[in-house]
Amino acid sequence: MKTLIKNANIFTQGKFIKGDIFIERKKIAKIGGTITVNADKTIDAKGACVLPGFIDLHSHLRDPGQTYKEDIVTGTLAAAHGGYTAVCAMPNTEPVTDNIASVEYIQLRAKDYGYARVYVVGAITKKLAGEEIAEMATMKAGGIVAVSDDGKCVQNARLMLSCMKYASNFDLPVIIHPEDYSLAGKGQIHSGKVATKLGLSSIPGLAEEVIIARDIMLAENTGAQLHIAHISTARSLELVKNAKDKGLPVTCEVTPHHLVLNEEANLTFDTNTKMKPPLRSEKDRLACVQALKEGLIDCIATDHAPHADFEKEKEFDIAPFGIIGLETAFPVLYKNLVQTGKISLNRLIEALTIAPAKILNLPGGVLAEGKIADLTIIDLEQETLFSVENILSKSKNTPWLNQFLPGRVMFTICNGNITYKDSESE
Amino acid sequence: MTSKPQFAGRSLFDLDDYSREEIMFILEAAKGMKEINLREYKKIPTLKGKTVCTLFIENSTRTRMSFELAANRLSADVVSFQSSISSLQKGESLQDTVYTLNAMGIDLYCIRHSSPGSPQLVNKYSGKPVINGGDGRHSHPTQALLDIFSIWEKLGDIKGLKITIVGDILNSRVVRSNLIGMGKLGAKVTVCGPKTLMPSNMESVYDCRVEYDLQRALKDADVVMGLRMQLERMTEGLFPSLEEYSKHYVLSKETLKYAKKNALIMHPGPMNRGVEILPEIADSNQSVIVEQVANGVAVRMALMFLILGGKA
Ligand SMILES: [Zn+2]
Repeated sequence: MKTLIKNANIFTQGKFIKGDIFIERKKIAKIGGTITVNADKTIDAKGACVLPGFIDLHSHLRDPGQTYKEDIVTGTLAAAHGGYTAVCAMPNTEPVTDNIASVEYIQLRAKDYGYARVYVVGAITKKLAGEEIAEMATMKAGGIVAVSDDGKCVQNARLMLSCMKYASNFDLPVIIHPEDYSLAGKGQIHSGKVATKLGLSSIPGLAEEVIIARDIMLAENTGAQLHIAHISTARSLELVKNAKDKGLPVTCEVTPHHLVLNEEANLTFDTNTKMKPPLRSEKDRLACVQALKEGLIDCIATDHAPHADFEKEKEFDIAPFGIIGLETAFPVLYKNLVQTGKISLNRLIEALTIAPAKILNLPGGVLAEGKIADLTIIDLEQETLFSVENILSKSKNTPWLNQFLPGRVMFTICNGNITYKDSESE
Repeated sequence: MTSKPQFAGRSLFDLDDYSREEIMFILEAAKGMKEINLREYKKIPTLKGKTVCTLFIENSTRTRMSFELAANRLSADVVSFQSSISSLQKGESLQDTVYTLNAMGIDLYCIRHSSPGSPQLVNKYSGKPVINGGDGRHSHPTQALLDIFSIWEKLGDIKGLKITIVGDILNSRVVRSNLIGMGKLGAKVTVCGPKTLMPSNMESVYDCRVEYDLQRALKDADVVMGLRMQLERMTEGLFPSLEEYSKHYVLSKETLKYAKKNALIMHPGPMNRGVEILPEIADSNQSVIVEQVANGVAVRMALMFLILGGKA
């Protein structure tokens, strides 16, 4: 399959150039200038941007076990719709991805039916129970790219020390969901003004910060590569800054919702504003935006967490935590951070592409000759109404429902194949 | 001149959505209802043909009876749905419950639920007006209205009154609604309790003063309200013992010396006599604790009357 993309605004080597891209044998054969070749397919991308396919370090595909919420097919379809060409599947499935058979199941399903590359993240502890180390080495041989107990957090510091030692032994990055259970308690939203007003049990920033502080120290002690998932407070960022200043291999990600919303979104009791970590104070949010801008926060991850309507349509304190994010990440951030001048488009692209690729040493993330053909074509000028009808994820739990969002994804190409095509394109 | 407040079809989730004028209007209406309750034949045909449902997902016999009595006295039909949150979690959802009840032709829901925001959900699922009878620790507007009514009846204008509320502020829905209502009417409210039972940012969320010392909190108070102290907070590590709590925060003759002479004594009930309030105070002639209960029926009658658009 030879594909020629004409007249595009191509993001390559950190800047935009005008020209064509030629894809041949799953790779970018030629980039820039006017390319004249015989192609099986020619796409006129006039007025649109060609960006490296986005890479999500943090997705919940719910497969196996909860495929009524999402599965590998719909999850990757949603990813492609959002301009993603690769997602990392978190291990909190049923059964938990804590063994080689589960790893292979996901890889096979994704290979046969996926619309994006799926990288498997194995568990840190068996069944995410925080009691015994999972078979990391075997899973690594099977292709996992990192370990994480995401959704859970290893509470026992001594065990976590062992886990980090063991992970570093096999060069597996450790992704943490930092949450001290005793401090988080039965909390529903951030400990702040809104929790006081609504009388909801709350989760203090401390619940996140004490684990980040602990795990940075454990990482320093063990030499493990530490990646902090969905960072959300100003204080957490200070801890990361200290670690980075020391030269420790510590990285972190932030979600679009923590960059755009604050605790006040909870005032309506809309369960689509209920997530973990909770939406924090405006001060925390601004700190995250600033840290993203400066590169203290390395990348953006969606924490795509699908839940069915009947689960979310409940009393606030009973409803599950989490929102979907793959289809809205780029448009929401483009609208709220780039169009408002808070961060540059270049920085946004970098945080969605090359930065996550670097953290887990994944292919993709750049457009250059000889590199894999993972890319997305987006028309930044076009707005679309993000409604239930055009969500490709099985779940519709998002606070951005029925909003007009800019940045229409026209095509997504993964490994040289078109994985998503907008109905109005061609 | 402000126009006559419109209540028909409106819900009461909390006092946020009601203006000062509207709150005063409800109090005036409650005054009329209270007179009916003092008659020998305590029933008017106002809401004949209307159906009120008390939807109680959390137990509170007192509050439920107050709502049901209010509906009965206005001649509405009353149906009662009671369940616990655990049984609701196991089986049918709140949504399904409301759909079922709605099919039976409910005109007004009075809900008590441990989840904050649940009255809004019932309103969303039913399309019918809802009176919040207490949602978790969030709000309890009818209790606030009856508290305010009790003060207004005894002391007149609320504006400028010094009101002190003492106890477990963190877990109290009564406090939150009272702060909104009393604030709208111009009272100066002080909340007092141990730091572990005080939510963060109280002064910026509500226009109130926070004190951790009872003497200072009670200084010159016109109204003093005690709150129920629950033993379970002890096991949550929020305070060491009821004895120690009582030693520092009990409303007694001794501590009330700092308040104004004849300060009004209130308590939303049920009381722990000897823990947050001594019997000498609870039963004194300054106390309006028993009257609060009677006023609760009147306030709820007034609300049902206004919301269901009954004709006098
Ligand atoms: Zn997580």
